[in-house]
Amino acid sequence: MIIKVVLVVGAVVGAVWLLRGSRHAGRLAFTRVCSLAFAAAWIVAVLFPGLVTTAANLVGVGRGTDLVIYALVLVVLFSGLSQYRRTRELESQLAELTRALALANRQDGRRREPVEADHV
Amino acid sequence: MEPRDLSDVWVLVPVFNEAPALGGVLHDLLQVFPNVVCVDDGSSDGSDLVARAHGVAVLRHAINLGQGAALRTGLEFARSEPDASYVVTFDADGQHSVADALAMVEVAMAEDVDVVLGSRTQGRAVDQPRTKALLLKAGLRYARWSSGLELTDTHNGLRVLNRRAFEALELRQRRMAHASELERLIASNKLTWREHPISVTYSEYSMSKGQSNLNAFNVLFDLFAARLDSPS
Repeated sequence: MIIKVVLVVGAVVGAVWLLRGSRHAGRLAFTRVCSLAFAAAWIVAVLFPGLVTTAANLVGVGRGTDLVIYALVLVVLFSGLSQYRRTRELESQLAELTRALALANRQDGRRREPVEADHV
Repeated sequence: MEPRDLSDVWVLVPVFNEAPALGGVLHDLLQVFPNVVCVDDGSSDGSDLVARAHGVAVLRHAINLGQGAALRTGLEFARSEPDASYVVTFDADGQHSVADALAMVEVAMAEDVDVVLGSRTQGRAVDQPRTKALLLKAGLRYARWSSGLELTDTHNGLRVLNRRAFEALELRQRRMAHASELERLIASNKLTWREHPISVTYSEYSMSKGQSNLNAFNVLFDLFAARLDSPS
Protein backbone atom coordinates (compact mmCIF):
# COMPACT_ATOMS: atom_id res chain seq x y z
CA MET A 1 0.00 0.00 0.00
CA ILE A 2 1.13 3.49 -0.81
CA ILE A 3 0.49 4.75 2.69
CA LYS A 4 2.91 2.26 4.21
CA VAL A 5 5.69 3.49 1.96
CA VAL A 6 4.81 7.10 2.68
CA LEU A 7 4.71 6.63 6.46
CA VAL A 8 7.81 4.51 6.81
CA VAL A 9 9.91 6.60 4.46
CA GLY A 10 8.60 9.77 6.10
CA ALA A 11 9.52 8.52 9.56
CA VAL A 12 13.03 7.45 8.53
CA VAL A 13 13.81 10.59 6.55
CA GLY A 14 12.44 12.80 9.32
CA ALA A 15 14.41 11.02 12.02
CA VAL A 16 17.66 11.23 10.08
CA TRP A 17 17.02 14.88 9.31
CA LEU A 18 16.38 15.68 12.94
CA LEU A 19 19.25 13.71 14.41
CA ARG A 20 21.96 14.46 11.89
CA GLY A 21 20.98 17.79 10.42
CA SER A 22 23.26 20.58 11.53
CA ARG A 23 22.03 23.58 9.56
CA HIS A 24 19.89 25.27 12.14
CA ALA A 25 18.22 27.81 9.86
CA GLY A 26 17.27 25.11 7.39
CA ARG A 27 15.79 22.89 10.05
CA LEU A 28 13.85 25.74 11.59
CA ALA A 29 12.38 26.73 8.22
CA PHE A 30 11.47 23.11 7.51
CA THR A 31 9.71 22.80 10.86
CA ARG A 32 7.79 26.02 10.30
CA VAL A 33 6.71 25.08 6.79
CA CYS A 34 5.52 21.70 8.06
CA SER A 35 3.60 23.31 10.92
CA LEU A 36 1.89 25.77 8.58
CA ALA A 37 1.05 23.02 6.11
CA PHE A 38 -0.32 20.92 8.93
CA ALA A 39 -2.49 23.77 10.20
CA ALA A 40 -3.79 24.49 6.69
CA ALA A 41 -4.55 20.82 6.11
CA TRP A 42 -6.38 20.71 9.41
CA ILE A 43 -8.64 23.67 8.47
CA VAL A 44 -9.45 22.06 5.13
CA ALA A 45 -10.22 18.77 6.87
CA VAL A 46 -12.59 20.46 9.29
CA LEU A 47 -14.43 22.36 6.57
CA PHE A 48 -14.61 19.48 4.11
CA PRO A 49 -14.61 16.20 6.05
CA GLY A 50 -15.31 14.26 2.88
CA LEU A 51 -11.99 15.33 1.42
CA VAL A 52 -10.10 13.50 4.14
CA THR A 53 -11.66 10.18 3.21
CA THR A 54 -11.06 10.89 -0.48
CA ALA A 55 -7.41 11.62 0.25
CA ALA A 56 -7.21 8.51 2.42
CA ASN A 57 -8.60 6.34 -0.35
CA LEU A 58 -6.09 7.83 -2.77
CA VAL A 59 -3.17 6.53 -0.71
CA GLY A 60 -4.83 3.22 0.09
CA VAL A 61 -6.28 3.92 3.54
CA GLY A 62 -9.91 2.99 4.18
CA ARG A 63 -11.10 5.75 6.46
CA GLY A 64 -10.21 9.42 6.73
CA THR A 65 -9.89 9.07 10.50
CA ASP A 66 -7.13 6.51 10.07
CA LEU A 67 -5.21 8.85 7.80
CA VAL A 68 -5.48 11.59 10.40
CA ILE A 69 -4.19 9.22 13.10
CA TYR A 70 -1.23 8.17 10.95
CA ALA A 71 -0.34 11.77 10.29
CA LEU A 72 -0.67 12.59 13.99
CA VAL A 73 1.66 9.78 14.98
CA LEU A 74 4.31 11.15 12.64
CA VAL A 75 3.87 14.67 13.98
CA VAL A 76 4.07 13.54 17.60
CA LEU A 77 7.16 11.47 16.85
CA PHE A 78 8.98 14.34 15.20
CA SER A 79 8.03 16.99 17.67
CA GLY A 80 9.26 14.66 20.41
CA LEU A 81 12.54 14.05 18.62
CA SER A 82 13.15 17.69 17.87
CA GLN A 83 12.37 18.64 21.47
CA TYR A 84 14.81 15.99 22.62
CA ARG A 85 17.48 17.33 20.37
CA ARG A 86 16.83 20.90 21.36
CA THR A 87 17.02 19.95 25.03
CA ARG A 88 20.34 18.24 24.47
CA GLU A 89 21.74 21.33 22.81
CA LEU A 90 20.54 23.52 25.64
CA GLU A 91 21.97 21.13 28.20
CA SER A 92 25.37 21.18 26.60
CA GLN A 93 25.35 24.97 26.47
CA LEU A 94 24.32 25.04 30.10
CA ALA A 95 27.12 22.63 30.97
CA GLU A 96 29.67 24.82 29.23
CA LEU A 97 28.41 27.85 31.09
CA THR A 98 28.37 26.07 34.43
CA ARG A 99 31.90 24.80 33.86
CA ALA A 100 33.24 28.21 32.94
CA LEU A 101 31.62 29.67 36.03
CA ALA A 102 33.03 26.96 38.27
CA LEU A 103 36.54 27.43 36.90
CA ALA A 104 36.34 31.20 37.21
CA ASN A 105 35.10 31.04 40.79
CA ARG A 106 37.59 28.60 42.20
CA GLN A 107 36.93 28.52 45.93
CA ASP A 108 39.84 27.32 47.93
CA GLY A 109 39.15 26.49 51.50
CA ARG A 110 41.61 27.48 54.13
CA ARG A 111 42.98 24.48 55.86
CA ARG A 112 42.14 24.33 59.53
CA GLU A 113 45.02 23.89 61.94
CA PRO A 114 45.98 20.24 61.72
CA VAL A 115 44.60 18.03 64.44
CA GLU A 116 47.13 15.87 66.23
CA ALA A 117 46.38 12.79 64.10
CA ASP A 118 47.80 14.61 61.11
CA HIS A 119 51.47 13.99 61.71
CA VAL A 120 51.24 10.22 62.03
CA MET B 1 60.16 3.74 51.24
CA GLU B 2 61.69 6.87 49.79
CA PRO B 3 59.11 9.65 49.93
CA ARG B 4 58.32 10.78 46.45
CA ASP B 5 57.67 14.32 45.36
CA LEU B 6 53.95 14.44 44.63
CA SER B 7 53.63 18.19 44.16
CA ASP B 8 52.91 17.74 40.45
CA VAL B 9 50.05 15.32 41.13
CA TRP B 10 46.46 16.57 41.43
CA VAL B 11 43.83 14.29 42.88
CA LEU B 12 40.49 15.01 41.26
CA VAL B 13 37.45 14.09 43.34
CA PRO B 14 34.07 14.54 41.68
CA VAL B 15 31.47 15.09 44.41
CA PHE B 16 27.72 14.96 44.39
CA ASN B 17 26.05 14.92 47.81
CA GLU B 18 28.79 12.98 49.57
CA ALA B 19 29.04 15.04 52.74
CA PRO B 20 28.99 12.04 55.15
CA ALA B 21 31.93 10.29 53.49
CA LEU B 22 33.84 13.15 51.92
CA GLY B 23 35.56 14.38 55.07
CA GLY B 24 37.20 11.03 55.73
CA VAL B 25 38.18 10.59 52.09
CA LEU B 26 39.81 14.02 51.91
CA HIS B 27 41.53 13.53 55.23
CA ASP B 28 43.08 10.27 54.01
CA LEU B 29 44.05 11.75 50.65
CA LEU B 30 45.75 14.76 52.20
CA GLN B 31 48.00 12.49 54.26
CA VAL B 32 49.69 11.53 50.99
CA PHE B 33 48.76 13.96 48.23
CA PRO B 34 49.33 17.70 48.71
CA ASN B 35 47.08 18.77 45.83
CA VAL B 36 43.41 17.82 45.86
CA VAL B 37 40.64 19.41 43.85
CA CYS B 38 36.98 18.68 44.50
CA VAL B 39 34.49 19.32 41.75
CA ASP B 40 31.22 19.75 43.56
CA ASP B 41 28.55 18.86 41.04
CA GLY B 42 25.78 20.99 42.49
CA SER B 43 25.49 19.22 45.84
CA SER B 44 22.74 20.35 48.16
CA ASP B 45 24.06 18.73 51.35
CA GLY B 46 26.96 21.05 52.02
CA SER B 47 29.61 18.83 50.44
CA ASP B 48 31.37 21.95 49.20
CA LEU B 49 31.66 23.24 52.76
CA VAL B 50 33.19 19.94 53.87
CA ALA B 51 35.71 20.22 51.05
CA ARG B 52 36.57 23.81 51.89
CA ALA B 53 37.00 22.94 55.54
CA HIS B 54 39.74 20.54 54.45
CA GLY B 55 41.55 23.25 52.55
CA VAL B 56 41.36 21.66 49.12
CA ALA B 57 40.62 23.48 45.89
CA VAL B 58 36.88 23.52 45.23
CA LEU B 59 35.18 24.02 41.88
CA ARG B 60 31.44 24.22 42.24
CA HIS B 61 28.92 23.55 39.50
CA ALA B 62 25.90 25.75 40.09
CA ILE B 63 23.66 22.91 38.89
CA ASN B 64 24.06 19.15 38.78
CA LEU B 65 25.52 18.09 35.44
CA GLY B 66 26.65 14.52 36.02
CA GLN B 67 29.89 12.81 36.92
CA GLY B 68 31.33 12.96 33.41
CA ALA B 69 30.86 16.72 33.37
CA ALA B 70 32.47 17.03 36.79
CA LEU B 71 35.51 15.09 35.60
CA ARG B 72 35.77 17.26 32.55
CA THR B 73 35.74 20.39 34.69
CA GLY B 74 38.48 18.88 36.82
CA LEU B 75 40.56 17.98 33.77
CA GLU B 76 40.23 21.49 32.41
CA PHE B 77 41.36 22.78 35.77
CA ALA B 78 44.41 20.51 35.62
CA ARG B 79 45.25 21.77 32.13
CA SER B 80 45.26 25.30 33.47
CA GLU B 81 47.69 24.32 36.23
CA PRO B 82 51.10 24.55 34.59
CA ASP B 83 52.77 22.37 37.21
CA ALA B 84 50.30 19.50 37.00
CA SER B 85 51.87 16.42 35.45
CA TYR B 86 49.45 13.79 36.72
CA VAL B 87 45.78 13.64 37.56
CA VAL B 88 44.33 10.94 39.80
CA THR B 89 40.56 10.51 39.61
CA PHE B 90 39.24 9.29 42.92
CA ASP B 91 35.67 8.57 44.06
CA ALA B 92 34.27 10.60 46.92
CA ASP B 93 32.30 7.80 48.58
CA GLY B 94 35.24 6.07 50.21
CA GLN B 95 35.34 2.97 48.00
CA HIS B 96 38.93 3.58 46.87
CA SER B 97 42.08 3.34 48.89
CA VAL B 98 44.75 6.01 48.94
CA ALA B 99 47.44 3.35 48.94
CA ASP B 100 46.16 2.03 45.61
CA ALA B 101 46.13 5.54 44.17
CA LEU B 102 49.71 6.10 45.28
CA ALA B 103 50.81 2.78 43.82
CA MET B 104 49.19 3.68 40.51
CA VAL B 105 50.90 7.07 40.41
CA GLU B 106 54.22 5.31 41.01
CA VAL B 107 53.48 2.95 38.14
CA ALA B 108 52.64 5.89 35.86
CA MET B 109 55.87 7.63 36.84
CA ALA B 110 58.11 4.60 36.69
CA GLU B 111 56.81 3.13 33.45
CA ASP B 112 55.97 6.42 31.72
CA VAL B 113 52.57 5.14 30.72
CA ASP B 114 49.84 7.67 29.80
CA VAL B 115 46.91 6.09 31.61
CA VAL B 116 46.78 3.69 34.55
CA LEU B 117 43.33 2.20 35.15
CA GLY B 118 42.37 0.63 38.43
CA SER B 119 41.04 -2.88 37.96
CA ARG B 120 38.80 -4.55 40.49
CA THR B 121 39.03 -8.00 38.99
CA GLN B 122 42.78 -8.10 39.30
CA GLY B 123 42.52 -6.86 42.84
CA ARG B 124 39.91 -7.64 45.41
CA ALA B 125 36.27 -6.54 45.40
CA VAL B 126 35.14 -6.54 48.98
CA ASP B 127 31.51 -7.57 49.50
CA GLN B 128 30.50 -7.13 45.90
CA PRO B 129 26.87 -8.13 45.31
CA ARG B 130 26.24 -10.80 42.68
CA THR B 131 24.03 -8.71 40.41
CA LYS B 132 26.67 -6.00 40.35
CA ALA B 133 29.27 -8.56 39.35
CA LEU B 134 27.11 -9.87 36.49
CA LEU B 135 26.37 -6.40 35.23
CA LEU B 136 30.02 -5.42 35.32
CA LYS B 137 30.87 -8.52 33.34
CA ALA B 138 28.41 -7.51 30.62
CA GLY B 139 29.69 -3.95 30.71
CA LEU B 140 33.24 -5.21 30.40
CA ARG B 141 32.40 -7.19 27.30
CA TYR B 142 30.87 -4.09 25.77
CA ALA B 143 33.85 -1.94 26.75
CA ARG B 144 36.30 -4.35 25.14
CA TRP B 145 34.26 -4.52 22.01
CA SER B 146 33.72 -0.78 21.63
CA SER B 147 37.18 0.41 22.62
CA GLY B 148 39.27 -2.48 21.34
CA LEU B 149 41.29 -2.45 24.57
CA GLU B 150 41.97 -5.72 26.36
CA LEU B 151 40.48 -4.50 29.61
CA THR B 152 39.87 -6.63 32.69
CA ASP B 153 37.56 -4.07 34.32
CA THR B 154 35.54 -1.05 33.31
CA HIS B 155 33.65 1.81 34.88
CA ASN B 156 36.08 2.09 37.72
CA GLY B 157 36.58 5.59 39.06
CA LEU B 158 40.21 5.20 40.10
CA ARG B 159 42.55 6.24 37.30
CA VAL B 160 45.84 8.03 36.81
CA LEU B 161 46.35 10.22 33.75
CA ASN B 162 49.57 11.93 32.78
CA ARG B 163 49.65 15.33 31.13
CA ARG B 164 49.62 13.86 27.64
CA ALA B 165 46.44 11.98 28.54
CA PHE B 166 44.53 14.76 30.24
CA GLU B 167 45.46 17.18 27.49
CA ALA B 168 44.10 14.76 24.91
CA LEU B 169 40.92 13.49 26.54
CA GLU B 170 37.83 15.52 25.69
CA LEU B 171 34.96 13.96 27.59
CA ARG B 172 31.63 14.80 26.05
CA GLN B 173 29.49 12.39 28.04
CA ARG B 174 28.08 14.17 31.04
CA ARG B 175 26.63 11.22 32.91
CA MET B 176 28.07 7.78 33.59
CA ALA B 177 28.79 6.90 29.97
CA HIS B 178 32.00 8.93 30.30
CA ALA B 179 33.80 5.80 31.47
CA SER B 180 33.22 3.96 28.20
CA GLU B 181 33.95 7.14 26.32
CA LEU B 182 37.26 7.48 28.11
CA GLU B 183 38.27 3.98 27.12
CA ARG B 184 37.41 4.69 23.50
CA LEU B 185 39.40 7.92 23.64
CA ILE B 186 42.43 6.10 25.02
CA ALA B 187 42.31 3.89 21.97
CA SER B 188 41.60 6.60 19.40
CA ASN B 189 44.29 8.93 20.80
CA LYS B 190 46.75 6.01 20.83
CA LEU B 191 47.61 6.60 24.47
CA THR B 192 49.65 3.98 26.27
CA TRP B 193 47.84 2.40 29.16
CA ARG B 194 47.91 -0.39 31.64
CA GLU B 195 45.78 -1.70 34.42
CA HIS B 196 46.69 -1.93 38.04
CA PRO B 197 45.00 -4.21 40.58
CA ILE B 198 43.09 -2.34 43.24
CA SER B 199 40.71 -3.28 45.99
CA VAL B 200 37.32 -1.66 46.27
CA THR B 201 35.26 -1.50 49.41
CA TYR B 202 31.51 -1.75 48.94
CA SER B 203 30.37 -0.30 52.22
CA GLU B 204 26.74 0.15 53.13
CA TYR B 205 27.24 3.82 52.46
CA SER B 206 28.75 3.41 49.01
CA MET B 207 26.06 0.90 48.09
CA SER B 208 23.31 3.27 49.10
CA LYS B 209 25.02 5.97 47.08
CA GLY B 210 25.93 3.70 44.20
CA GLN B 211 24.27 3.47 40.85
CA SER B 212 21.09 1.59 40.26
CA ASN B 213 21.74 -1.40 38.04
CA LEU B 214 19.14 -0.02 35.64
CA ASN B 215 21.50 2.84 34.94
CA ALA B 216 23.33 0.48 32.60
CA PHE B 217 20.53 1.08 30.15
CA ASN B 218 21.02 4.84 30.41
CA VAL B 219 24.70 4.41 29.71
CA LEU B 220 24.00 2.44 26.54
CA PHE B 221 21.40 4.97 25.45
CA ASP B 222 23.76 7.91 25.97
CA LEU B 223 26.52 6.17 24.03
CA PHE B 224 24.15 5.41 21.18
CA ALA B 225 22.76 8.95 21.09
CA ALA B 226 26.29 10.34 21.03
CA ARG B 227 27.08 8.29 17.94
CA LEU B 228 24.08 9.76 16.17
CA ASP B 229 25.05 13.23 17.29
CA SER B 230 28.66 13.09 16.23
CA PRO B 231 29.26 15.11 13.08
CA SER B 232 31.34 12.42 11.35
